[in-house]
Amino acid sequence: MSTEYEAVIGLEIHVQLSTKTKMFCGCELSFGDDANVHTCPVCLALPGVLPAPNRTAFEYALKIGAALDCELSSFNSFDRKNYFYPDNPKAYQITQAVNPFAVNGKLGEVRIHHAHLEEDAAKTIHTGGAGRIQGSDASLVDFNRGGTPLVEIVTEPDLHSGAQVREWGQLLRATIKQLGVSDVNMEEGSLRCDANVSIRPAGSSELGTKTEMKNMNSFRFIERGIDAEIARQKALVEAGEPVVQETLHFDPSTGELHSLRSKEEAHDYRYLPEPDLVPVVPTQAMLDEARNSLPELPAARAARYEEIGVSEQAALLLSFETDWAEYFEGVLAAKKGVDPRVAANWVTGELSAELRKQDEQPLAETKVEPAALATLIGLVAEKKISHGAGKTVLEEMVASGADPETVVADKGLEQISDSGELEKIVIQAIEDNPKPSEQVRSGNEKAIGALVGAVMKATQGRADGGEVNRLLRQHLGL
Amino acid sequence: MIEREQVLHVARLSRLRLSEEEIDTLTGELSSVLDHVDKLAEVDIEGVEPTSHVVPLENVLRDDEPRPSLDRDVALSQAPDAHDGAFRVPSPQAEA
Repeated sequence: MSTEYEAVIGLEIHVQLSTKTKMFCGCELSFGDDANVHTCPVCLALPGVLPAPNRTAFEYALKIGAALDCELSSFNSFDRKNYFYPDNPKAYQITQAVNPFAVNGKLGEVRIHHAHLEEDAAKTIHTGGAGRIQGSDASLVDFNRGGTPLVEIVTEPDLHSGAQVREWGQLLRATIKQLGVSDVNMEEGSLRCDANVSIRPAGSSELGTKTEMKNMNSFRFIERGIDAEIARQKALVEAGEPVVQETLHFDPSTGELHSLRSKEEAHDYRYLPEPDLVPVVPTQAMLDEARNSLPELPAARAARYEEIGVSEQAALLLSFETDWAEYFEGVLAAKKGVDPRVAANWVTGELSAELRKQDEQPLAETKVEPAALATLIGLVAEKKISHGAGKTVLEEMVASGADPETVVADKGLEQISDSGELEKIVIQAIEDNPKPSEQVRSGNEKAIGALVGAVMKATQGRADGGEVNRLLRQHLGL
Repeated sequence: MIEREQVLHVARLSRLRLSEEEIDTLTGELSSVLDHVDKLAEVDIEGVEPTSHVVPLENVLRDDEPRPSLDRDVALSQAPDAHDGAFRVPSPQAEA
């Protein structure tokens, strides 16, 4: 009888704010420019300079705090986190170690311990050797990124599996994206996630020794990395060996975990108050603005969609992408009485698939107006055309932006409404396909599929599936 | 009092290589600096808010407007070594 273990996972998420300038100087922020074209005496830490905090970065941070349902602090101060490494020319990072801007929040099922403001480090490229830190002989430093405003969000250890981390991470990313305060692009590093992972016997309330996984650049990799780490820790514990506290890197191409030497052993950062910065005491106006300017956030939007009947899956898909949600709402607004569940399925299903199929078209560029899609959904709902014919019409709409009713008329796709005509086709299909007909008569109901297919072929998809089934069964004596 | 081990630890964090002689000197000097600062601990600060600034200022914030950055050549002119428009430094993994 082996012990059951549960994983306990907490996250630290770094979000680069999309302000125009850096946190403490007026250098412009940009991604992908030539190295070291956005530097100044402040972000290069030349002697005698003083930092000047960015007001907009503070406002963005407060919005994040409000969106995460945090208490927004009335007193903010800054501290120096000391470490010696080439990505930080001051040899300290300015951060909020004591009085962060937001505490005690919650997003979904996960509690937020706090969120604080700090500055990003420069980008270092290790040359020589195999690339990643180990074995390199020199480093090239690009200070364009150095000093970018960062919000670090620290969760309580409320997560328990790789899949849960992925799902919650996606919710967090969608929520911040909705605020318009960050690009939240993991590949470009504007959203980065570290995970602290430990295991304990299920039901225990003690925390085991944790390891930290650094900087994975997609939530899929994070999910796999965490699951690999949970498995590794279980194997250690079951073999009677201790888990050692260390920082790990997950290699998604091999699925292996490697130990990284940390920047500062023992995490001895010798924090001290930053004497160059005075406290920030958000005014009531700043706090009100942060709370009142919040848009409808993904979690609330998904709940609202589910309430009007949209499936959970479609509700999440729509809520996580603002432009899809707006498109969907455009469809609902365009036609009275359109069933939200059906409309959501058309948008996230057929339309999404057709856009992908036709040159990966982005939704923003589609020629299909929400009103036109609403009309098409109406034609199918009113049984003027079959669902299959609806897909044919949509294909044409995506390709040319054509009006659905025109396509239906031009291609002669109207559903056969004359049941006498359909009945003749059904009888013909039974005669032409004696084998499946006989199988159905002798009890193999699945064989009816071949007959339905024959009718659909004969009518070029213009028959109503339910009606065809009914007529076939009637004529086969079921 | 500061121990020799603490001096070595701080030196390591700062990537400083110290000779035996320097370690001895610094252990003594840092100890007397700390002893001096310890005098402050004699003051009763019960109920006193920590002071981080002597000037009663708050909310000194800058508008998010770009200012010109340095020319790259100027920025790199201060660097002991540069390569491909980047500052080149010894590998952080090379032990001090």
